[in-house]
Amino acid sequence: MEMAWFIIVTVMLAMYVVLDGFDFGVGMIYPFVARTEADRRTALASIGPVWNANEVWLIAAGAVLFFAYPKAYAAGFSGFYLALILVLWLLIFRGLALELRAQVDHVLWKQGWDTAFATSSVLLAIVFGTALGNLIRGVPLNRDGYFFVPFWTDFRPGSDPGILDWFTVLLGLTCTVILAFHGANYLAMKTEGVLHQRAVSVAWIVGWVSVGCTALTVIAVPMVQPSLSLSFSRNPAVYLAPLIGVIALGYSLYFRFRRRDTSAFLAGSVFIFLMLVSVMFGMYPYILVSTTDQALSLTVFNASTDSYGLTAGVSWFVGGFLLILIYQIYLHSQFLGKTRSDDVH
Amino acid sequence: MTSALLYDRLQFAFTATFHYLFPQLTMGLALLLLYLRSRVLLTGDEHYEEVADFWTKIFALNFGFGVVTGIPLEFQFGTNWARFSNYAGGVIGQTLAMEGVFAFFLESSFLGLLLFRKRFSRRVQWFATLMLFLGTWLSGYFILATNAWMQHPVAYQVAADGRVFVTSLSGLLTNPWLFWQFTHNMTATVVTASCVVAAVGAYYVLCGQYLPHAKTFLRTGVVAGAIASGLMIFPTGHGNADQVFKYQPVKGAAFEGLFTTEREAGLYLIGQPNLETMTIDNPIEIPGALSILVYKDLYAKVKGLDAFPRDEWPDNLPLLYYAYHVMAGLGTIFVLLFGVALVSLWRGWLFDMKWLLWWLMLCAPFPYIATSAGWMTAELGRQPWLVYGLLRTSQGTSPLVHSGNALFTLIGFLGLYLLLGVLFVLLVSKIIRQGPASTDVPAVSAHHRTGS
Repeated sequence: MEMAWFIIVTVMLAMYVVLDGFDFGVGMIYPFVARTEADRRTALASIGPVWNANEVWLIAAGAVLFFAYPKAYAAGFSGFYLALILVLWLLIFRGLALELRAQVDHVLWKQGWDTAFATSSVLLAIVFGTALGNLIRGVPLNRDGYFFVPFWTDFRPGSDPGILDWFTVLLGLTCTVILAFHGANYLAMKTEGVLHQRAVSVAWIVGWVSVGCTALTVIAVPMVQPSLSLSFSRNPAVYLAPLIGVIALGYSLYFRFRRRDTSAFLAGSVFIFLMLVSVMFGMYPYILVSTTDQALSLTVFNASTDSYGLTAGVSWFVGGFLLILIYQIYLHSQFLGKTRSDDVH
Repeated sequence: MTSALLYDRLQFAFTATFHYLFPQLTMGLALLLLYLRSRVLLTGDEHYEEVADFWTKIFALNFGFGVVTGIPLEFQFGTNWARFSNYAGGVIGQTLAMEGVFAFFLESSFLGLLLFRKRFSRRVQWFATLMLFLGTWLSGYFILATNAWMQHPVAYQVAADGRVFVTSLSGLLTNPWLFWQFTHNMTATVVTASCVVAAVGAYYVLCGQYLPHAKTFLRTGVVAGAIASGLMIFPTGHGNADQVFKYQPVKGAAFEGLFTTEREAGLYLIGQPNLETMTIDNPIEIPGALSILVYKDLYAKVKGLDAFPRDEWPDNLPLLYYAYHVMAGLGTIFVLLFGVALVSLWRGWLFDMKWLLWWLMLCAPFPYIATSAGWMTAELGRQPWLVYGLLRTSQGTSPLVHSGNALFTLIGFLGLYLLLGVLFVLLVSKIIRQGPASTDVPAVSAHHRTGS
């Protein structure tokens, strides 16, 4: 049961990154590719009906983490206090930008929210990548199961780390370029004309940068967290997940080259999904690794709620998850194809 | 009280109160919108469609602000109340996760459809509104189930390590506390929405603008408001007070200002609690009324604060007392106002009664105040407990988040939400100024429109 909920949290987080990831990516490349007001409206309309539902995956994943592993939720959220409040403020600005831009017809109003949208999208991608880096590297958990990390210490992933060090920053950057690639692929799939052309060019460039960053990350991870590669070598069959992920990235670039927009987007989604699944598998059974003493680490076993709670949770989660899939598939199916220029509310 | 605890409490209280300004309108408005869209579907009436479209715009704006201010609440359980999360996550994690899975996806997916509604038929628009109504009310249900457990813990066991775990999911979801809390709270959202709808209608009538729409707003708001404000007092308000005196007698004594246990206990309508003398100064009192309300017996003994140890008293007594009296006082005023408005509407006088329209227009902010005061009553009255009788608030904070960090983020939230408030007022007044789409735009407004 502890493992089942670990898989559920993993899948929900990976769904979040794949789905909200593309609208983050659109936000990052938006100031460069959408230069006229008409193009900006089309770009925003392409994510308009779906971004909010995408963001819900984060909220729901957080709540499921709280439910299944209260101890890890308590430790992680209070330990990353400063970074998480920063995330909240950025999410507020980003949400406001998307909702309020169309409300007032004034050039400065629109420019202001455009800047807020792009900036918050980039910063959030960096913070989320950094957060993943922190989970892989570990945190200085104390005997009571709590920790508190400052924004930085000496920028080295040692026993007394900060939120930012060279490794977590590398993951932040990797996450950012990969999501920029993802967003550019999405925009290329959803638009036509000049906007489409620009999205394609951006995707081609950041796609190759993503390859470079991914390679660096794959080299860096075993250096910082040897236990991750240990769990892989214990069970070599799961090498398939990152392997297929990397192949999917290759295919995504190939489809990009052949101008098959939808295939490029889907292959990129598979890449992101499998990379996250690989990391989470490598971490299992750890949720929060201690940098000071391995015995203080929080695992799916010592951080979980009791077995009645986990079992009762399954009973409603199965039905709930099916409902989510129905709403989401219905919603996305209603807005398939190129975004129409009259799609402005 | 250590300063970190104070800042943690202030931050949660402030962000929760500010957040709830938005959902209380969207939940109530969802019900009214469902009524309006049903009329559109049944009669094909374009007038009602314009009315529904106008309120959908206001709904969407409120919903957006509700979403962005709602995320910090779930995060704060972990960031500022880590020991509470660790302690009680095995119970309230269930309801919070269910809210995420069952309510949030429903709301956000169908709001996405409704925002781009021009692509869809009326039937789909009606269906999306129904789903939004279900989503927002389900969300309210799960959050209230969470709060109900903190007010009146049921279906749990304490494990060897001192944490609590749920023993029966159905027991948690059918907490006896929840029934009156849910009905009272959800009826309050209808009061807020009705008041706002009626106020905008009154504003247009007083300006002589959009008269057909304004009259529909007034009719809808006044009828719904009269029903809902009546239900607020009886049976839902009464039911709530009953269970407070039954399960949390010290809270009841505190908010009524009853310092000493007595028979023929009076009900204070007004007066100031004095903690030096332990009396109510300058009281206006209905003798014996409290005994009758609580026990239906004039001679029944009602426990006062003196019946409880001092360290179980709510720690901010005057604020609790005033919050409760503001809520109850405003609730009574709403019944009077909507009662008069309903009679005037029925007799056909309402649209010509300027003074009453002024009252209805100026009434708009007051349900927000009443609701906030009501929640302050519930939450301040729960103190000093975080989980009633089980975990004290001082035991729930994050051990390693020090006061400087908490103060910094509290100030940050204050500044950010001030900006949000300004933006919201700006945008909602813009929507109201633009008015519902109409072909017979009055002269003043037409001039205004060509100018913009």
